[in-house]
Amino acid sequence: MIRSHVLICGGTGCSASGSVNIRTSLENEIANAGLTQEIKVVQTGCFGLCELGPIMIVYPEGTFYSRVTVEDVPEIVSEHLLKGRVVRRLVYNETLQEGTDEVKSLSETSFYKKQKRIALRNCGVIDPENIEEYIGVDGYQALGKVLTEMTPDQVIQTVLDSGLRGRGGGGFPTGLKWKFASGNRGNVQKYVCCNADEGDPGAFMDRSILEGDPHTVLEAMAIAGYAIGANEGYIYVRAEYPIAIHRLEVAIKQAHEYGLLGDNIFGTGFNFDIKLRLGAGAFVCGEETALMTSIEGNRGEPRPRPPFPAVKGLFGKPTILNNVETYANITQIILNGPQWFASMGTEKSKGTKVFALGGKIKHTGLVEVPMGTTLREVVEEIGGGIPNGKKFKAAQTGGPSGGCIPASLIDTPIDYDNLVAIGSMMGSGGLIVMDEDTCMVDIARFFLDFTVDESCGKCTPCRIGTKRLLEILDKIIAGKGELSDLDEMEELAKYIKSASLCGLGQTAPNPVLSTLNRFRDEYIAHVVDKKCPAGVCKSLLHYEIIADKCKGCTLCARKCPVAAISGSVKEAHTIDVSKCIKCGVCISNCKFGAIVKK
Amino acid sequence: MKTLAELSAIRERMKNKVALREGESNYRIVVGMATCGIAAGARPVMNALLEEITAKGLEGQVHVSQTGCIGLCQYEPIFEVFHGDEKTTYVKMTPEKAKEVIEAHILNGKVLTDYTIGEL
Repeated sequence: MIRSHVLICGGTGCSASGSVNIRTSLENEIANAGLTQEIKVVQTGCFGLCELGPIMIVYPEGTFYSRVTVEDVPEIVSEHLLKGRVVRRLVYNETLQEGTDEVKSLSETSFYKKQKRIALRNCGVIDPENIEEYIGVDGYQALGKVLTEMTPDQVIQTVLDSGLRGRGGGGFPTGLKWKFASGNRGNVQKYVCCNADEGDPGAFMDRSILEGDPHTVLEAMAIAGYAIGANEGYIYVRAEYPIAIHRLEVAIKQAHEYGLLGDNIFGTGFNFDIKLRLGAGAFVCGEETALMTSIEGNRGEPRPRPPFPAVKGLFGKPTILNNVETYANITQIILNGPQWFASMGTEKSKGTKVFALGGKIKHTGLVEVPMGTTLREVVEEIGGGIPNGKKFKAAQTGGPSGGCIPASLIDTPIDYDNLVAIGSMMGSGGLIVMDEDTCMVDIARFFLDFTVDESCGKCTPCRIGTKRLLEILDKIIAGKGELSDLDEMEELAKYIKSASLCGLGQTAPNPVLSTLNRFRDEYIAHVVDKKCPAGVCKSLLHYEIIADKCKGCTLCARKCPVAAISGSVKEAHTIDVSKCIKCGVCISNCKFGAIVKK
Repeated sequence: MKTLAELSAIRERMKNKVALREGESNYRIVVGMATCGIAAGARPVMNALLEEITAKGLEGQVHVSQTGCIGLCQYEPIFEVFHGDEKTTYVKMTPEKAKEVIEAHILNGKVLTDYTIGEL
């Protein structure tokens, strides 16, 4: 009998910090200790607490080890697995209890307590490369149910009733999308596509679902195929996601072997097959028409809508395209009923949403919360707040299409409509937290630089408009801005938004508009006072040595890479601003706090 | 696989295995595995427990884990059976006695008082 399971995270985050070697080492040590018959090592998907990786959990105790290294493995095996003594120094400190080896359950920690995991329910629980584990947690039951007990129209009605909206960004009702594509079943070729071309900087929820629970996406796509009358599906996934691709390939192969994909599934006469298509990493290919153009083998460029994909999509046939996280909710809606799903969330945004927490936050990682959870709960409670005692300044959602939410709106309940109302958007769920050291003009420039790079160039407003917008921002950051530039940017942004062909251009000015709206005083500081309040924009800064504090130790002068600092021993030094490259080496080396950035 | 029945069969078989990760079980057996326990023969006792649980098809209902020194070294090998709030401590165990405990206590709910610490 296997008495203990050791789960090791095999997601991209933990793999990068060494979990693959840890797994090998663990298997060796377990074999050496003669425990192979009673302890099983399971590689899972992401647990969410990427900050603390590589992560290892030992069941049945539920001991959560964080930041494990290969060197720690022999101790874990000889102490915990052989003798049952918890290695306290490696246990996630929030789960430790004084005076006892018993650890608190993970669900009691602040990171997990407020989370509600539906799309991520199997991530970090099952082995994604073993279809039987997925079946053991009710996998493919939903497909069996729809094929044997429900009509395609009932499936669509169930998804409609649940209130599920697209998790890729737009928030279009999923059931409605399916309904539009459901006409004339059986007489025309149709396609079911999955958008796994997750491109927003800082967003990685789709990757984690594919890495941790690939079968849930396959099963949901087959359900969608049954609902609209399609027998072919495509998953468009970024080539930069090698682990996700590998696990999808394994999952598709296993599903075929078990007869859960292919011909005559469960003997019902329903056929469904899924193919993978790898994207080369163009951001525009996350846009639905560009994605389909790319699957067809052409250059990834959007085409005008209408006709919408539900009418004329992939290869000119009716097509539905949903995002990975949207699919990850489907099987649970079928099994638990639409009312169950609709009971979570807010009036118009049902269910939960996965966010990738990043930036200036303690618990970088992946969280799933009910819609309507406030930004404060996500940042301060689940995310653990801002490190180093800094103040929360803003949160950026929606990536390059979204905007910044200022600290004054931190109590806003997060859902699709509230975010739009405050000038941002849900997007795919990237949530980048910024502290007082972040310059909002610089952030706007960062995202715009990204869209300028990623604009496909097909339409002029996006290709040239975003470039011009970036040039104005560069001018402001260089200290050459004028007040009229701000109005000019707003006007230009308006034209780009209204005249661009696809979602990329239509939303590209949002980061500029939202920062202009919420943090106009920072822009004014840049153009009028020629100052960067956060101390980020180099051209607007200069370094100074405070003569009273300088002891003349000469350290800064020796460290300066461009010899911009001069002065004699035991005398106050000075910086030659014409030579200074503002690298900050002097500040970080000064032991007397005598150098300041202004 | 062509039928739902076959899918359910796999689910039943796998469910108990994955259930281990939910940390919840009907019975929990904790074996003392400090130096004193191992020297007195805790390892064969533990193996016997694991074998018997598999043989009786109790996987998923019983979790077996270990602990350090319970503090009664002269009575090792010791294991404790937890069921709800109840705790039963079995002492001076052998592989044969361990199998009897599984049969009587876990399967039939009857505490084998002859082997518990209260009898000493």
